[in-house]
Amino acid sequence: MSGASSAVARRIEAHLARRRRWRAIEIVFWLAALGTILAFPSRAALINEIVIAGLFALSLDLILGLAGIVSLGQAAFLGVGAYAAAILASKDLGDPTLGLAVGALAAGALGFVTAPLLLRGADLARLMVTLGVSLMLGELANRSAWLTGGADGLNFSMSPVLGLFPIGFTGQRNAALYSFVVLFVLFALARRLRQSPFGLALAAIRENRLRAGALGIATGWRIVAIYTVSAAYAGAAGALLAQTTQIVSLDLFDFHRSADGLLMLIIGGAGYLYGGIIGAAMFIVLRDVISAATPEYWEFWIGLLLVALVLVGRERLRDIVLSRAALVWPKAAGRGAA
Amino acid sequence: MLTILFDGVAYGMLLFVLASGLSVTLGLMNFINLAHGAFAMVGGYVTALLMERLGAPFLVTLPAAFLVPAILGIVLERTLYRRLYGASPLDQVLFTIGLVLMAMPIADYWLGAEARQVHLPDWLSGSLSLYGVGISRYRLFIVGVCGAIAAALQIFLVRTRFGAQLRAAVDDARVANGLGIDVDRIFAITFAVGSGLAGLGGALAADVVGGVDPSFPLKFLVAMLIVVTIGGSNGILGALFGALLLGVLDVAGKYYIPSIGAFIIYGVMVATLIVRPQGLFSRGDGR
Repeated sequence: MSGASSAVARRIEAHLARRRRWRAIEIVFWLAALGTILAFPSRAALINEIVIAGLFALSLDLILGLAGIVSLGQAAFLGVGAYAAAILASKDLGDPTLGLAVGALAAGALGFVTAPLLLRGADLARLMVTLGVSLMLGELANRSAWLTGGADGLNFSMSPVLGLFPIGFTGQRNAALYSFVVLFVLFALARRLRQSPFGLALAAIRENRLRAGALGIATGWRIVAIYTVSAAYAGAAGALLAQTTQIVSLDLFDFHRSADGLLMLIIGGAGYLYGGIIGAAMFIVLRDVISAATPEYWEFWIGLLLVALVLVGRERLRDIVLSRAALVWPKAAGRGAA
Repeated sequence: MLTILFDGVAYGMLLFVLASGLSVTLGLMNFINLAHGAFAMVGGYVTALLMERLGAPFLVTLPAAFLVPAILGIVLERTLYRRLYGASPLDQVLFTIGLVLMAMPIADYWLGAEARQVHLPDWLSGSLSLYGVGISRYRLFIVGVCGAIAAALQIFLVRTRFGAQLRAAVDDARVANGLGIDVDRIFAITFAVGSGLAGLGGALAADVVGGVDPSFPLKFLVAMLIVVTIGGSNGILGALFGALLLGVLDVAGKYYIPSIGAFIIYGVMVATLIVRPQGLFSRGDGR
């Protein structure tokens, strides 16, 4: 009996170890991303925005793609992370690494505290709770003007990263590289998490929470854990955003931030971790192109894209794009990887 | 004190009419329609434009503010919404956010970004004094109209054949279909009425919030969702109580403790969801 179960354990371990290996296509993806930053220093600000949005969408993928929880309030953590880093910097503690850690921790703590709210009720209740929490925090930031600067926001300056590389308006390429390194490290961590027994348990919860519980998985704690991690990721994204733009404002808590993150993830495809990053790149480039042509009405086209995406079927549309793209642009074939 | 209570009740009534359609699609038909506010915007624009361009009297524009969104609602329901009745909540959220994102630039493109005002007739402006309590005429009008709508809806749902068919279709669409109820038609009509009511609510609300502008669909979205969440999915009465509670709390909170402002209603909603995820005024244990 114990021999049989340890044989099963060995097989599962071997399976996970196999999936943990980085594929060639993934390595190409990251090298290409790095190359893009180095090749277009003049577009560093835009690339930095994409990288940070990608991290934010990745944080949503952790709960939506891995655990199947729909949230409309991820902006709460983005805002908390950004404000934590900004307040720290405005108190003359401008070290970016410190700010990043504090932002992620603060958001993670908030995620841990609010996660139990997700355990009750169905999808709709979750949507409302997450939305409600982000609205409350936005209002809180608005009212605590002594700390957050209220509607005026905060202005502050940052020290160089690790004391060597200045970021901000004078060092936008450094900023993009800094964000990129953070994204890569956090991505590798998320990737490892997904290919772990914990990741498998989350997949079980996503497919059928009742059955996962019957199998002896502590579903409540797993959901709290992944929500906390996801919140910390969003907090890190917020901290990066605050540090590299050196400004924070109340709009970080806005509903549209959460909605945009969700859109990016959906455009790129949820569940395989690369979707958020690819979606962020497509979304922001698309926005840049459309708003250059029609500044006021670019939302319309994003809306149309969404409606079309849902009506055609998200999976089907992605498959079509993938099979076409693989012919002309091999990098895109990696989107199905991992 | 009583004036504030009355203002709160009026605001709650307004929220009820805005949200009643949502409470049916969301609470009964289990469809998350974040684009509900867009129908309210259409209603508001219909009233504002009819008064501005054609000089129509306020009361005459109200039926139009109901009809135009209702027709739009039935067209959209037949062509788009019905495909998503069985879809996952995520798909419904994405689809309806997409519709909102499209509706706002369309309004901006056609009608411009500035707010369109609804000018109230003389007999509705100003206030009157009842037993020493100052009451705005327009708020009294809102309470009357919305109260009548609430009563009519409740009677309609509980007493009429259509109401019984709707409840049956919602409980179990397949069985209802098997019993010879035309579920498709019932849902379409219900959706249209809900959209029409949102439009009427938008027209009535236009004066209270300072005109209709392209951001209108999002302005009331959160409040409407809170009403439905607090009220629970138990039909009209839950939504009515939820709306009244929210209206009174919001107005009183903003008056007495302005420093925490909008915090109260969000707090109430989150607290409600913790204690009773199925809503305060809902029987059973929800889904």
